[in-house]
This record gives sequence, C-alpha cells and structure tokens, in this order.
Amino acid sequence: MSSRAIEVEGLGKQYRIGASMPAYRTLRDSIADMARGRRERPSREMIWALRDVSFEVEQGRAIGVIGANGAGKTTLLKILSRITEPTAGEARVRGLVGSLLEVGTGFHPELTGRENTYLNGAILGMPRREITRKFDEIVSFAGVEKFIDTPVKRYSSGMYVRLAFAVAAHLDSDILLVDEVLSVGDFGFQRRCLGKMQEQTSAEGRTVLFVSHNLASVKMLTERCLWLDKGRIQAFGPTDEVFRRYVASHGESTRGGFVDLSDVTVGRPRGKQLGGELCFESLELIDAEGRRTDTHLSGDPITFRIQVRATQPVSARVTVRCLVSTVEGVVVFSTESGPREAELEPGVYEITMALDPSPLQPGTYTVELDVVTMSDYAAAASQDLLPTAATFHVEDNPAFADERFAILYERRGLVRVDGEWSPLAEAHDPTGELDAALPASQQG
Amino acid sequence: MSTPAVQVIRPVRGFAGFRLHELWRYRELLAFLTWRNILVRYKQTALGIAWAVLQPLFLMVVLTLFFGSFAKRGGIPGPIFFYAGLVPWTFFANAVTQSSNSLVGNANLISKVYFPRLTAPIASVLAALVDFAAAFSVLIVLMLAYHTYPSTWAVAMLPALLLLAIVTALGSGLWFSALNVAYRDVQFVIPFLLQIGLFASAVAFSTANVSEPWRTLLGLNPMATVVQGFRWALLDAQPGPGWMAVLSIPVALALLASGAVYFRQLERTFADVI
Repeated sequence: MSSRAIEVEGLGKQYRIGASMPAYRTLRDSIADMARGRRERPSREMIWALRDVSFEVEQGRAIGVIGANGAGKTTLLKILSRITEPTAGEARVRGLVGSLLEVGTGFHPELTGRENTYLNGAILGMPRREITRKFDEIVSFAGVEKFIDTPVKRYSSGMYVRLAFAVAAHLDSDILLVDEVLSVGDFGFQRRCLGKMQEQTSAEGRTVLFVSHNLASVKMLTERCLWLDKGRIQAFGPTDEVFRRYVASHGESTRGGFVDLSDVTVGRPRGKQLGGELCFESLELIDAEGRRTDTHLSGDPITFRIQVRATQPVSARVTVRCLVSTVEGVVVFSTESGPREAELEPGVYEITMALDPSPLQPGTYTVELDVVTMSDYAAAASQDLLPTAATFHVEDNPAFADERFAILYERRGLVRVDGEWSPLAEAHDPTGELDAALPASQQG
Repeated sequence: MSTPAVQVIRPVRGFAGFRLHELWRYRELLAFLTWRNILVRYKQTALGIAWAVLQPLFLMVVLTLFFGSFAKRGGIPGPIFFYAGLVPWTFFANAVTQSSNSLVGNANLISKVYFPRLTAPIASVLAALVDFAAAFSVLIVLMLAYHTYPSTWAVAMLPALLLLAIVTALGSGLWFSALNVAYRDVQFVIPFLLQIGLFASAVAFSTANVSEPWRTLLGLNPMATVVQGFRWALLDAQPGPGWMAVLSIPVALALLASGAVYFRQLERTFADVI
C-alpha cells in the first residue's frame, strides 16, 4: 500500500532581508518606530526563501534534496519539522517526524555522555524507555564505551560527533528529515551511518528526506530527487534524470570566472603605481567547454588565462607563477611558466595554464599570482604579486557518483590522483618465502 | 499499530490556543530539561547546591544588620524573620532570571528542533523549585534552632502561597522570555527590576511598617503577599496577608494568562528571530 507520507502544496516562506533588518530588534528600535508612526516605517525588503513548492512523497521512499546554497533546502526541512511556520501554502505529514538538522542539538558540554544521550534522545522525541532499551547499542555504535561517564567537553570532536549521530541514527520515526549532517564525522563512521539510515528506510517503511551537497551519497541513498533553485522546484523525479539536468544547468547558472586585476590593491606590494615593469591585468577561469566560470566539476579540466601588462619595454627572463591553496590556507600546489626569455614592447600579453584533468577535490580554492623578471641569474625581481587573485569552487562531479561503491571508496586527500594499477597477478617474490606460503593458503 | 496521525502544517492566523495537550505529550522532555537545568547549574562549582542556601543566608545577614531595628517584627528574631521572607523571594528571583533566559539560552535548540516552546520557561521555574526546597529545609532548621514553631492553622496556607509565587514567577517568566527573543534589552532590565522588587515585596521590612491603604495596595505585587504570607503562616507575624491576597490572586492570574497568550503569539517567529 503506498499511502502518501508527505504532501506539500503551494508551500512558501518569506523572510525579511537587507540592512533594514537587524539580527534582532532592540527596544530602542521599536520606540523609534512608534515615534515615527507605523505608516512611515521603511518598507522592508522581503524575499521568498521558498515559493510555490508542491510535491508528494510516498511512504517508505527516500528522497534527495539538492540545490545550491540558499536554494531553500533547509527552509523546507524546517517547515516540515514545524520549527518555523510557512507564510503560504500547506503541508500534510503522516506520522511521527524526526528531524536531524544538526548533530548533537542540545548536547551540553558539562554533562556526561550518558546524560547527553538521554537528553538528546528526549529532545529528538525518543521516549525514555526506548533510549534505555537502545542505550548499549547507541554507545557501542559510537564506540565511546570507556568515556560514557565523562563530560562531553572532554571528548575529542570525533567522539562528540559520533555519539551525537549514534543517538540520532537510532531514532524511530515514520519520517526522517536529514540536513547535511553526514558532512561531519570521520569517513568510516559516515559510511556506517549511511548504512544504518538505508537499512531503516527499506526495512521499516520509513520515509526519508535527505539534504546533501554530496551528490554521491544522494545517489546512493535515494531513487527520487527534488532539485530546488532560489526557493522553487526546478525538477522532481528519478535521481538520475534530475542529476543530469542539474549538471547541464550548471555552467549557465554560475557566474564569475573573470577577475579584473588591474585595480586590485589589497596585499599587492608592487603594482602599476609602484612602477613594476609587469603587472597583472586579469585572470579568467575556463572550464572544459571553454566557458568562463568560477565553479568547476572535480576531475574536469580547468584553464587559467592570465593577462599581463608591460608598462615599459622588458628584456629579461620572465616567470609567471600560480599557486593554488584551499580557503583554509593549505597550499595544494604551485606551478611556474619559466623562466623564459622574453622581449616585450609595452602592451598587454596573455599566458595560459591548463590543468587537464584538474586534480582538485571538491572545495573552495584561492589563486595566488606572481610574476618575476631576471636580467641575470643573480638579480631576480618580483614585478607583481597578488596573494588572492581569485577564488573558485570545485564541486562534486556526478560522473564520479556513477562509479560503483562511490561512497565506500570516496577519493580522499587534497588532490584526486589516479594511480596506474596493474591487474591483480601472482606475487613476484625474490626471497621465495611468499611463493612457499601462497599455494598453501590458496588451498586452505 | 494504528494509522499514524496526519499533521497539517499551514500558516496560523490569530490566536492558536495554548495546545496544553501537546505540552502533556512532551512531559518527558519537560522533565529532562528541568533535570538538565538543575544538573548544569551546579556543575563545576565547589559548593554545589549549597549555593541555593548560601544566597538567601548571606542576604539574611545583611538585612538583619541593616534593617533589623527598622522592621516591626513583633518579637520574632531578626534572622528567622528575614530568612522566611527571603526563601520565597529567592525562588522568585531565580525562577524569573532563569526562565527569561530560557529561550535565548537554548537558541540552538529552538532553531534546530521542534518542541512546544513553553517547556523551556516552565522547566526553568521547576528547576528553581529544587533550589527552593533546599533553602526551605534550612528554614526548618533555623526554626528549630530558634524554637519558633507555627502555632495556627495558617501554616496550611503555605502550599497556596507557594502556588501564588509559582504563578507569578511563571507569568513574569513567559513575558520576559518571549520579549528577550526579540529584545535583548530584557537581560539588562531584569536584575534592576529584581533589586527594586526586593524592596517592593516587603522582604526588608514588615507590612506592619506600612499604613493603610498602602498596605493593601502592596498586594498589587503578588510577591509582597507571598513574602508576608510566609512569615504569617510560619511565624505568626502580623498582619496576615488577607486583603492583600484579594488583590494579588487576580493580578497573578492575569499575569500568567497574558504572558501565555503573548508567548504563544510570538512563538511562531522564535526560530526566525532568535
């Protein structure tokens, strides 16, 4: 029997935004408003975080929710879990709703693991009897048996997250709303949680709404997928199909990819003003299709097109250097164009650097640009230096989500490297010890 | 298993009711929040729950030194006279301070999980009751030490007086906690109001110091009735709070009702504003 677990019709949520909306109002503001008179209040800018959203989910289905930041994914979950009220429309939800918008909501640092387990369970809506029944299972799932009577403020962040997630993963509800919580915690644990969630989806007829930026896990967990863009539904259907459309739209929806560097002053020790012979004019980031964009898919080629202006005739060996770091400041790599001999008249010149395929993992990166001239080996002079010439994003490539066991073998580390692997073959062992042992174990 | 209930989520216009049945369904969470408030309050303090007793005891010493000769105590020893008033007053002050901070202090809960928001201020008031119990047991010890025993039926009124204090504290707590979400000014106003309240509630003096009709009008402040009532019920202090109570009870009930309505009215925006 396929009854509807969630029915949403014309759902909308309006928020006030802009400088006229303080984070919270003070009494003074209200008094000032009163003095001004209600009518003269500046009209506040309103935005629809969610608009005209209608869809239905059958019981027992797992639905992925994807979309860029600010697309309204979290707002949708907050309305469905009754944390906030909609401005328009209606939603019907059948059964007990468990929401997991954050791991460890209500965890108190001063309380022990045991106390927090009970408290967090109660907050998520688990009856005390149920928590008591599942307590040992939760603790061993989190692997914190030894520290269960220690205040969680003494926990490592990994232990903290594991315990918090373990409580949530054991929550019994007809409908589970999950928001991006899998992005925390270590990799092996994430995998177990996904397994736990999936097991509960299929076996217990639980309906899951799953928000994630990790397309691979959405793909693995869900058959149908809801794509939100600027508060509206762009597509709702089989995950494969929605993914295809989501990716196809990507180049068009993102902007950027071009940075005018001629007027940048921040962090620039030498520039046009300071009389450098060479200064950066602009930087373009170009994707596989030759489009300018600041958002790339992991594994796709990225081309950097750099324009440099010679302010006076240059006759020297010139090196352009490009250094890519994560937003956290970890240098991923640097690469240099030279040094190469150059004879330049005043004017604008162009140089390109291609990463094909790009080794960058999903994330946000910054580019540092540096140009150096050398008249001879002893005298190298930095002509221009831009510590943050540009910022760009690399996103999960759905092509990789197609790989089998994408979750199990998610690529880790700063860069994505494809090692060249031989087929699994008989062991070559110069000492001969293995040769003797191997047939025995194969027989056994 | 029965068919799961269907929950309809839609914008609410006008007053949505108190949803007390829902509060009842979440009684376990209420118990847990109360328990957490108690636990957390004295974690990593050297003296622990002793603070619940020390606060009114220190104030008692101060009041005995400075107001001992002024207050018309009718022969009741100073320490016990002041302490009997300080016990309900300290409960009120703690309950109001903690409940008014209960929403802002749980901002991450409010914005990430649904639960009836009324549980937060109620749990704070309940937690303050535990402190009250500790302070009250010391009052009994003091009474034994001074050989002062309640001699009339008035002592039976004690639970009613405590209830009046709870209603007043919860009413104020609901107002302040909801206001605090939108206006953080509240946290500056409360300590100030409580300082005034200490004097407006006849803690430092006896209502015998006040002439009519002002004495009865003091009943507009329900805590004045509670404070004087405690002394009357336990120590036979005169005058009794009779006429004051006639004013106090409707005031306290109005405070609670209006606080609850205001709270429910603002509740729907808590998650967006906090």
